[in-house]
Amino acid sequence: MNQEIMEIVGGIIAIIGSIFILLGAIGIVRMPDTFNRIQTGTKASTLGTILSLAGLFFFFPGWGGKLFILVLFVLITNPVSSHVLARAAYHIGVPLTKKTVVDQLKEREIISNPSSANLKKVKTNEIGD
Amino acid sequence: MVNNIYLQIATVITLIAFIIGMYRFVKGPHKADRMVAFDMVSVAGIALIGFIAAFTNKLIYLDVALVYGILGFLGVVIIGRYIERGF
Amino acid sequence: MKFKNYLIMFITLMVVWLLLNNSVAKEIVLVGLGLSLVLPFLFCGKCDLFNHFKVTPKALIYTILYFFVFIRELVKANWDVVKRVISPKLPINPGIVEVKTVLKSKIGRIILANSITLTPGTLTLEMVDDTLFIHWIDVQSTDIEGASNAIVRTFEKYLEEMYG
Repeated sequence: MNQEIMEIVGGIIAIIGSIFILLGAIGIVRMPDTFNRIQTGTKASTLGTILSLAGLFFFFPGWGGKLFILVLFVLITNPVSSHVLARAAYHIGVPLTKKTVVDQLKEREIISNPSSANLKKVKTNEIGD
Repeated sequence: MVNNIYLQIATVITLIAFIIGMYRFVKGPHKADRMVAFDMVSVAGIALIGFIAAFTNKLIYLDVALVYGILGFLGVVIIGRYIERGF
Repeated sequence: MKFKNYLIMFITLMVVWLLLNNSVAKEIVLVGLGLSLVLPFLFCGKCDLFNHFKVTPKALIYTILYFFVFIRELVKANWDVVKRVISPKLPINPGIVEVKTVLKSKIGRIILANSITLTPGTLTLEMVDDTLFIHWIDVQSTDIEGASNAIVRTFEKYLEEMYG
């Protein structure tokens, strides 16, 4: 009886987690530019994976240690990889969406080093889409 | 052997997310977009391998998930640095 | 090498090893002890990352509080993402803003940058000394003061107590 309740609770948590992963995937397809895709993809897939693994904990309480290590691993590495991707995307000149309001990083780079800003512009045109 | 209907539903939803993510991976348009899709898919893969471990009731699959996660993370970081600097 | 840094590294490695093995058999504990004693000597020359680690009761309480604040922000962030993804109009208003942090230590800034990435609508793009450039999915203010108040103050007051 108790076991059954635990399995239902764990299953529902796992389903909620997988729905978050699905929404992250939909966000990756729907968002207009790379940076917004990174935003939705990272956040939703982090919480989704954590909830899925937490759901498994209700099925197998003995697996707690390894599941905890996995959760910690996802929590530490996911922001780092998304930051590396965002920085790389910015520096190779991936275009921002037309809805973008302000870009203070570009303003600052032009002030501190005008020649590099020109270089980047040329490079951006070369890569294109 | 765990045959729980909730876990099966969760696995199917994660697989659908996997396929939707692969659409962005194929379509691009930029190489950074492909890496974003790969990052998200590899994190979803950790959850998927976790579900497989539950279905087969084998703890060792969680180690597989951990190594898969490490390889996915290192791959994303290395390719990110590569497209930024060009080595 | 400071003894405190060595001790923190040793405890971390030992805990990870025990959780990974999922047992406390004699052989496993012995192998873990040997590895955790030797490994910090090999690849952690100065370990200056842990220099600002405070080991006081107050810092411990703030660490636990920070954990709960972080979980709350993570759930809020995901709710925010869900709302934006589902709505048919795709309500985004993105931009890259500049914020300043008062944190001095390396590890404090690392944790701050990672936390910002996982909280509602923000993504750390670049960090130059104490200036962070953040991609904000819904820009509310473009001056440094306003953006800093909206993004980093929530975590800063806890991290300042923890690492200074």
